[in-house]
Amino acid sequence: MKKILVLSALAAMLASGNALADTSDKKIAFSNNYAGNSWRQAMLNSYAIVTKKAVADGVVAAADIFTTADKEVPTQAAQVQNLILQGYDAIVINAASPDALNGAIKQACDAGIVVVSFDGIVTEPCAYRVVVDFKDMGRQEVEQMAKFHPEGGNLLEIRGLAGTSIDDAIHAGILEGVAAHPKFKIVGSVTGDWDQTTAQKAVATILPSLPEIVGVVDQGGDGYGAAQAFAAAGKPRPTIIMGNRQDELQWWKEQKDKDGYQTWSASIAPGVSSLAFWVAQQVLDGRTDVPHDLLVPYLAFTHDTFEAELPNIPKGGVASHEYTQEDAIAAIKANIK
Amino acid sequence: MTAAPAETGLKGSSERGRLARARLLRGLLPAMSLVLVLLAIAWLNPRAISYFGFSLMLNLAIPIALATIAQMFVIAGNELDLSIGTFVGFVGCVTATWLKDAPLVGALILLGSICVYALLGALIYLRNLPSIVVTLGMSFAWQGLAILILPKPGGKAPDWLLSLMAFKPPFIPFPIIAALLIAAVVHFGLMRTSYGVILRGSGGNAAALSRAGWSLLKTKVVLFALAGLFGVLSGMALIGITTSADANIGNGYTLLAIAGVILGGGEFVGGRVSPIGAVIGALTLALAASPLLTFMHIPPDWQVAANGAILIIVLAARVLISRRER
Repeated sequence: MKKILVLSALAAMLASGNALADTSDKKIAFSNNYAGNSWRQAMLNSYAIVTKKAVADGVVAAADIFTTADKEVPTQAAQVQNLILQGYDAIVINAASPDALNGAIKQACDAGIVVVSFDGIVTEPCAYRVVVDFKDMGRQEVEQMAKFHPEGGNLLEIRGLAGTSIDDAIHAGILEGVAAHPKFKIVGSVTGDWDQTTAQKAVATILPSLPEIVGVVDQGGDGYGAAQAFAAAGKPRPTIIMGNRQDELQWWKEQKDKDGYQTWSASIAPGVSSLAFWVAQQVLDGRTDVPHDLLVPYLAFTHDTFEAELPNIPKGGVASHEYTQEDAIAAIKANIK
Repeated sequence: MTAAPAETGLKGSSERGRLARARLLRGLLPAMSLVLVLLAIAWLNPRAISYFGFSLMLNLAIPIALATIAQMFVIAGNELDLSIGTFVGFVGCVTATWLKDAPLVGALILLGSICVYALLGALIYLRNLPSIVVTLGMSFAWQGLAILILPKPGGKAPDWLLSLMAFKPPFIPFPIIAALLIAAVVHFGLMRTSYGVILRGSGGNAAALSRAGWSLLKTKVVLFALAGLFGVLSGMALIGITTSADANIGNGYTLLAIAGVILGGGEFVGGRVSPIGAVIGALTLALAASPLLTFMHIPPDWQVAANGAILIIVLAARVLISRRER
């Protein structure tokens, strides 16, 4: 019985053609610039689960993780340069800055190293980018808001970490959404840094000066904090867009059980790190048709789907999804035009 | 200003010998720690000890060395600059935008920012304000300006700057030449000229200097202006390497620069600083924090803590030796 299984697995491998065989002696490094929040922890965790299995299966020789001690660009640039010296064949990177690492990334490419960026992407043309459509996510927030509040109204926006590309893209999407739905008006904007405590403080500070708010558009990791701030101020509870965090979905469930509260939740799945790993593996495998920009969908939950996901999220964590090699091949295929 | 007061003459010759040995050790310590870190890197990854390896490992140490020199000037006057990191980021944003598109305006902005630094020196002296408070405030001002100039990361370094930082001289990697040059120029200016002595004296014994007729206002303004100048150089060098800017790019430099000065044999008070030591200290910190750590293959959960541990070990060695001097 076992023999048949092994044989059929072998047959499947052979049938799938060039996959697997060629990367067993390749080493892939993961350069990460920050590990200090639930999203990044889930990201590292997903990556470790997937790569540990890949190494055990002999798909790649090594998949080491390197995290810099601070969030600074120069530290990560130095780290990339050191990875070049270490002789890695590919670098998967969550970058501190889309542009400011280009010097180091170019050096890596020149040394023949495959660079795959995700989440915090790099703009250097020689690198690959696994991009989540953050702008569409921002636009979709307002679209969803229009479903809950067809009559329109005042919105409060919570921004992410200032000066980052992600904050910029989501913000641009929200502005686009508001332009498409002129019944909505953004009457206030605060910086929440994707962090519940920061968001709560920021919202609490601005609330007294605001007119009635029907909805809060945000960037994830800040929805629960905003809800707390509204409750503490004794203001009516608006429709707060959530960001797939456990505390946010838990709060949503409590509200839903109480009075059927409706909202929408979306964020980038931290497991996208594992997708980037498989993309790197595919390129190392000799595939030359991989587009340098790969658009992958964000992870969204609606009124009907979020409760099924809630038990799978660890306390203090965020909803994730571990990608497989097949997912990567499918994503590459979907992006080849 | 490091010369010991007259009482040294009263002490026995053995005591004097012990002090001299300790002082020699203190002078050699920065170099020794650098050699130690290099040996560790050579052992962990022999491939890194090559022309290519040194170019890669050390080029990001150049802006750190320049920022450390900037901080050293401020520390020489018994002050502390908590804004140097965000200032470097601000300079970076100006370099990647104005300096490329309108070089004249860019140069004027950078000159103006050096003037702001000089004015801060004057303000701190005239109103007798604690420099920590003033520069902490300024750090937010520089950060805010940087975000205003470059709301999202981007921009591009001027071509002449890119080709300068990518310069590949024969035999000796560019970062090593640059480090030697910086150390030599500042060492000559601060340690070998008569006004350099006055500058250090303003930190060593301000009262004596002012009684001798020197303007303390002027020394403070000069020290801060020099800090501004080297901050500008640091920001430009950084952008020359990274090729493009980010408003948060220099934030980590504030503490690195202070650590570099102290590691290089400087003291927080008393005008006791060493330009050569500061450059070596910056190189050591840059190497210990990043290449050494990457080559050690520490599990990811422990990497951040290991970085801190390396810094503490390196700095603790410095403290142990300076204690022997007392």
